[in-house]
Amino acid sequence: MTSIGTGYDLSNSVFSPDGRNFQVEYAVKAVENGGTAIGIRCKDGVVLALEKLVTSKLQKPDANKRISTVDRNIGIVSSGLLPDGRHFVSRARDEAASWRSLYKAPIPTSALANRMGSYAQAYTLYSSVRPFGVTAIIGGWDSEAELPVDGQVGSGPKVGAGGKKEDGKHGGPFLYMIEPSGLYWGYYGAATGKGRQVAKSELEKLNLSEGGLSLEEGVKEAARIIHVAHDDNKDKEFELEMTWISSLDGPTKGRHEEVPKELREEAERLAKKSLEPEDDDEEEEKMQE
Amino acid sequence: MNHLPQAWGRPRDDVYGAYDHSHFQTQLPNQHTQSPIVTGTSVVAAKFKDGVVIAADNLASYGSLARFTDVKRLRKFNDEVVVGFGGDVSDMQYLDRLLNSLDIRENYSNNENPLHAKNLHTYLAKVMYKRRSDFDPLWNHLLVTGLDGEKKPFLASVDLLGTTFSSPTLATGFGAHLAQPILRRTIPDEDAVANVSQEEAVKLVQECMKVLFYRDARSMDKYSIAVITTSGVELKQDEKLENQSWAFAERIRGYGTQVN
Amino acid sequence: MTQTGMIEADGIHVDMEHLKKGEVNLGTSIMAINFKDGVILGADSRTTTGAYIANRVTDKLTQVHDTIWCCRSGSAADTQAVADIVQYHLGMYGITNNEAPTTQTAAAIFQELCYSNKDQLSAGMIIAGYDDRHGGQVYSIPLGGSLHKQPYAIGGSGSTYIYGYCDANWREDMTEEEGIQFVKGSLQEAIKWDGSSGGVIRMVVLTAKGAQRHLYLPDQNYEGPGKQT
Repeated sequence: MTSIGTGYDLSNSVFSPDGRNFQVEYAVKAVENGGTAIGIRCKDGVVLALEKLVTSKLQKPDANKRISTVDRNIGIVSSGLLPDGRHFVSRARDEAASWRSLYKAPIPTSALANRMGSYAQAYTLYSSVRPFGVTAIIGGWDSEAELPVDGQVGSGPKVGAGGKKEDGKHGGPFLYMIEPSGLYWGYYGAATGKGRQVAKSELEKLNLSEGGLSLEEGVKEAARIIHVAHDDNKDKEFELEMTWISSLDGPTKGRHEEVPKELREEAERLAKKSLEPEDDDEEEEKMQE
Repeated sequence: MNHLPQAWGRPRDDVYGAYDHSHFQTQLPNQHTQSPIVTGTSVVAAKFKDGVVIAADNLASYGSLARFTDVKRLRKFNDEVVVGFGGDVSDMQYLDRLLNSLDIRENYSNNENPLHAKNLHTYLAKVMYKRRSDFDPLWNHLLVTGLDGEKKPFLASVDLLGTTFSSPTLATGFGAHLAQPILRRTIPDEDAVANVSQEEAVKLVQECMKVLFYRDARSMDKYSIAVITTSGVELKQDEKLENQSWAFAERIRGYGTQVN
Repeated sequence: MTQTGMIEADGIHVDMEHLKKGEVNLGTSIMAINFKDGVILGADSRTTTGAYIANRVTDKLTQVHDTIWCCRSGSAADTQAVADIVQYHLGMYGITNNEAPTTQTAAAIFQELCYSNKDQLSAGMIIAGYDDRHGGQVYSIPLGGSLHKQPYAIGGSGSTYIYGYCDANWREDMTEEEGIQFVKGSLQEAIKWDGSSGGVIRMVVLTAKGAQRHLYLPDQNYEGPGKQT
């Protein structure tokens, strides 16, 4: 970023003559200083991972969780200003609850992303507010099963509903990333924060659009990417926080949950191993020949 | 002038003027309090040594019409709490959604201590009392069953007024009259609970469901039953009453002295 | 009798005819069924104020989205207002989410309206719809505002006369022709025994092909004209 605002950056609702909103660009700067956050859309679920930078040795390890649950099937991880992220999540929960109170069903991930995009965008319009200092990654699993209306009793015909088209695919994994401007897209893999460039190039190598990556592999890749993206020179300490959402017949049964400790530690062990110089391994293999 | 039979015998409008209906009207204040429309009947429950058993039939009545025969009135909240609903079905559905939203909020923080039956009973009692105080009661009588904070069997009731009550055996509606005495024969007090096995408790409650089917004109023979122990909730929703006794009708002739 | 009395003195018999003064009543026979390819809705066409037939060719089958319809019983004014509001919500849903609403969505909104305004409404509704994902579905929302998913639903004052007929003749997975005969046979009985039901029989068949109206007239022995264009 070259330019400074020359007076056009003092208010949120003012454009510069060349059509920029400097407050939004400064908010993006705030995000670029945050710990790396990534999301991976796998064929049978979504993984969210965060490089949680440890700011003080007086903080309890494994506490102060940063990835949040919205409704039951959606997770949000963000990078940037922590309190902004919390407010963003709080709004997302309200949106999900309000959707449920009208439609008596969980909010689809796409609808939540849409509403949160609009919400973030509204904070770029008024001089009395500043844009969100976060980029948020929203991951969710929309149920592939037919859901009843909340509270409904009774059931349809024993033989099942008539005239159903069986071939259609419904629900599945979804991943969105919302930026301070309110811009959002759907992604196969999303990354934000300090290590986003490295993380993005690692994500691209996974060929996620082919849909071959399983959730379990996704967990291991996510752990590896956070470790690769971490810069030991600048930040020494970090914790890896990971959550996932699987299909209904998968490990989390369609719910957003923390990745179990054992699995996370295993993924982290593999991640660290892959970062070590490879020649040690090769030599060991040669010994066995 | 009116040709309707209902108006026959009334003073003629053309002679006496239009009939003044005003004294039929009682200008009552607008009442908020509704009344139940689609209703479920009794819920029965009993504690035993390791847990609680609860049952309710699958009928929702519309007045005396047996309108819906597939209404499941036991709701599993989590692995240690089941709530049984008697009374209005629409209010039951409202409470179901309320508990659903409570559960969603509860899971935002990954907490190690999920809500137990006692927590839920306290919560529901406050909801019910608040609504009765707004003169807009939820027309239900609930039994909250499961395990308390110490993993001990828990059983308590809340009614539409927010009245709470706890006992080793409980029954709502018709069951309070018909089932409760039967349950008390086996489980008279808290001390007796320790001597009752799961099998005995289930059998006892099934016996009560049978008596209720015999004598409650708003009941049916299909029911749901749940057993809550430390190993979780076992909920069956399509049970049928077995071993009914009707054959003695054979010996009944007339209503007193008749022999043939 | 008090003004709020929905229930008779015995506390058991529900006064289904409870209406505001001079209100138009859909004292009605309505139903909806699941069949092999979707759902069929059916209704008589009589609207009464007391014993006077205010409309003898009423259309009680109301569209709230492309292939989501409802049958209305109770107060004509109330049920029309509710249907209009649901139609608005479903229209908005379709536009804002780039996806047609499901029958569940429609049933949920109907229920919310009927439940939260139960004190002022007398509306008994049946919601039936078709979508590719869920196929045909039938929901019943009786007076108090509870929601019941059913294989088939009957409603209105005339329905009380046909519980036996429907239970005895109901089969799952009927063909369209069999479904139409079931609905027609049931409504004919309801019209025969219920003074508040009568006139023509209207039907709507909802399948993957869309909505198709049917009409059956008493002076043609309810045999025709059948499909409408």
